[in-house]
Amino acid sequence: MNKQPLSFKDFETDQEVRWCPGCGDYAILKAVQMTLANIGSTPENTVFVSGIGCSSRFPYYVETYGFHTIHGRAPAVATGVKLANPKLDVWLVTGDGDGLSIGGNHMLHVLRRNVNMQIMLFNNEIYGLTKGQYSPTSKQGTKSPSTPFGSVDLPLNPCSFAIGAGARFVARGIDTALKALPHTLERARDHIGASFIEIYQNCIVYNDKTFEHFTLKKQAANTQIHVEHGQAMIFGTDKDKGLHFDKENFALEVVIIGENGITEADILIHDETNKLMAQMLVELTAPDFPVVCGVIYCNPTQSYDDAVHEQMNKAKKGKKPDFNALLRQGRTWTVE
Amino acid sequence: MNVQTDAQDFEELDSVCVRFAGDSGDGMQLTGNQFSVVTALEGSDFATFPDFPAEIRAPVGTTFGVSAFQINFGSVEISTAGDEPDVLVAMNPAALKVSLSGLRKGGLIVVDEGSFNERNLHKAGYSENPLENDSLSDFQVQKLDITKMTLEAVKETGLGKKDALRCKNMWTLGLVLWMFGRPRKPITDWLEQKFVKIPDVALANICALNAGHAYGETAEVSSNLHRYIVRKHTEEETGEYSTINGNQALAWGLVAGSELAEIDIMLGTYPITPASALLHTLSGLKEFGVMTFQAEDEIAAVCGAIGASFAGKLGITSSSGPGIALKTEAIGLAISTELPLVIVDVQRAGPSTGLPTKTEQSDLYQAVWGRNGDAPIVVLAASTPQDCFKVGIEAVRLAIKYMTPVMLLSDGYIGNASEPWKIPDINTFEKFPVQYCTDPKGFYPFKRDPKTLARVWAKPGTPELLHRIGGIEKDYDTGHISYDADNHQKMSNVRAAKIAGIANDIAKQTVELGNAGGKIAVVGWGSTRGSIHQAVRRARKEGIDASHVHIGNIWPLPPNLEEILNSFDKVIIAEMNMGQMNVLLRSQYLLDAYSLTKVTGQPFKISEILDCIRQQVGADK
Repeated sequence: MNKQPLSFKDFETDQEVRWCPGCGDYAILKAVQMTLANIGSTPENTVFVSGIGCSSRFPYYVETYGFHTIHGRAPAVATGVKLANPKLDVWLVTGDGDGLSIGGNHMLHVLRRNVNMQIMLFNNEIYGLTKGQYSPTSKQGTKSPSTPFGSVDLPLNPCSFAIGAGARFVARGIDTALKALPHTLERARDHIGASFIEIYQNCIVYNDKTFEHFTLKKQAANTQIHVEHGQAMIFGTDKDKGLHFDKENFALEVVIIGENGITEADILIHDETNKLMAQMLVELTAPDFPVVCGVIYCNPTQSYDDAVHEQMNKAKKGKKPDFNALLRQGRTWTVE
Repeated sequence: MNVQTDAQDFEELDSVCVRFAGDSGDGMQLTGNQFSVVTALEGSDFATFPDFPAEIRAPVGTTFGVSAFQINFGSVEISTAGDEPDVLVAMNPAALKVSLSGLRKGGLIVVDEGSFNERNLHKAGYSENPLENDSLSDFQVQKLDITKMTLEAVKETGLGKKDALRCKNMWTLGLVLWMFGRPRKPITDWLEQKFVKIPDVALANICALNAGHAYGETAEVSSNLHRYIVRKHTEEETGEYSTINGNQALAWGLVAGSELAEIDIMLGTYPITPASALLHTLSGLKEFGVMTFQAEDEIAAVCGAIGASFAGKLGITSSSGPGIALKTEAIGLAISTELPLVIVDVQRAGPSTGLPTKTEQSDLYQAVWGRNGDAPIVVLAASTPQDCFKVGIEAVRLAIKYMTPVMLLSDGYIGNASEPWKIPDINTFEKFPVQYCTDPKGFYPFKRDPKTLARVWAKPGTPELLHRIGGIEKDYDTGHISYDADNHQKMSNVRAAKIAGIANDIAKQTVELGNAGGKIAVVGWGSTRGSIHQAVRRARKEGIDASHVHIGNIWPLPPNLEEILNSFDKVIIAEMNMGQMNVLLRSQYLLDAYSLTKVTGQPFKISEILDCIRQQVGADK
């Protein structure tokens, strides 16, 4: 019984990791393995489910149960896993193409149903495994093998989509933020219901540096804000900037504490249960605004799997299932 | 008052076929079902054929809004819903127009002449009233103003005209019950129970039923209305019976399979005609550990089922042809990961949306061959409503034992049709308890049973059996992903061998009727069983050496089938598609058969098959 607590190394498999050198996926894998160790996960009760794409190779590298499924359908497979055995801790790994293009419908419904699992969407704004075509999160004008003149369609904001779909937990992280990401993932695991985490992930081969304008370490303090429930949304190297709610325009604005009579009291306090606030926060983009990371929205309600089992148990209660009696219900007659 | 109670007033018939036809809103399905219940309780054998449009409420009075219910019943063995109705009940001109061509010459037509007004005649496309010219001279016609008589019958209940008119079907049913000397009590009991909260409606329906019955007994009986007697079917085995349709039997068969396997089932599905009834039934059986998941689409439905199988339950998914097409990629995943999965395809006429409420057997290619890669699965076909129960159990058994998807083919005809069913005792079936792997010694996820070639089933939650599976090819020896060419050949071989080997674990092919070896065999599969059976029986009475071979195991085929087929001089393959089983058998056995096909959305008539038999043996000249 007195087992040693597991370390992140215990969640490594014997499989050779096959991502490109320098891929952001390595850092995320490490963050996830650290999280699993930190929260004391039992490997046999943990399942990683993925779709298709670079990110979806993830389950092969985590020493738990794993299911590498088909393109876009991981949310549905994971729903089946969780319904069949709600004791399992289910983690879903997907990307911007897998989760929001081919699998957009399933993503919508797994969030709407609020199936208890952690959904990590690695957003690199490009199709990696199919060799560099633009994705539904690619910025307009992205030049790729399929859009040599630049993409013309407008991109999707994953966190905005998640909130719109009815997600009760929406968070954001960055691949290289090895301190912040495990904390966010722990919060996601603690949340009972579908926990959606968008992770900005750099694709070094097909879309390198696409997030650099806000992820570069030396500028990060000014270009990112890590929100905490109940804390004022202050950021900047000198902790002098903050988000202020401009009532007249029903919008958020960046203000500087000490300028134009602004004090700390004018800075908006983050309320992670406030959906409207969350909707505004996820839409903020650099360079005009800091990119919001951390747990942006968390407002739990009963999970789908829990409700399904509650109904099952209620139906079973006090009944001794008698199959022969089932077949004989209704009008029968006897031939003698 | 001339009350007729003496048996001598009845003309005795071996069997009779009645068709109720009316507007979608006229309650013809309900009328037919209730008449079937009484027929069953009185002990006659029967088969039904609900024939209804895809629209829920098509425009009133139109031909495309006609909903019909046909029942064939008799004191003799009945195995089809009848080629040609002897009695047609037509509630409006459109119903008469649509159903007339199938009616037996000399048959009886009971029409509601109250509905034969100018507007309805026009909607049905009649330029003149067929009740007033000689267009129906081949038939006996009984004109009755059912509309008026129903309104009179329910007047005292105070029901509004609209609600009162909805009792027309019960008036008609009352008359038909009188015609066949059937009791009204099962219907009145049922009405009282159904409308327990609205006693006015119950009373009005009962008044209408009684009035229709009384009309037969008391009114100035014209020469066209007679009473018939169809006695009990005495060859029926003793035991307790109920009426069952194919979708109901299939739902119960799957649950029976789960009971015998001692495993809970999870149905992932998406509503589609004509398969939705499975979901409706199974969603109410939670006490038997049945979980249902109405997914966002067909793909999510099958994927949810696959996820459940991965986690240790038995995943089941159900649909019809178009939905199965959507599930195809995921079925490939279940093949590649070798997880148990039951896929129910209640076929309908295709391609694409096709004819959603009309029956066909045209998903055979899709079931056997319709996937990317070499992707063999087990394919079973149910042939009658009650056969769905047994095939449901068999599908569960094979899926679990061989860790494979099993496609179960039913169709819209047997899904909706009902027949008497000798209720089985679950305790008489052999159990086949599921065995999960728990032993870490020498474990790898694709470790195989040397006999069945099935891989082990290690479900998440089991210590020390951690593993990862997926749709990428796996190494034969370790289960890790492998892009090795020779390994892919080896894995493809073993997947094929596993399915092929199941041929030794299924029932041997039998000859249903007639001899093994002879002049001609009619080969069928699925819901054509009844028509082929009767056609071969009649051919044999005519002295033709004909036999009936009906295939239930579509893939793999029974090992002795080839020998049986080769023992006949000639083979007819009769199926409701453009010749798919013919191609399949030719591909396997180089069989040179005559392909008899039909895709009109209607089941085969006995006469169509009988004519073909006569023609093929040269007996038609």
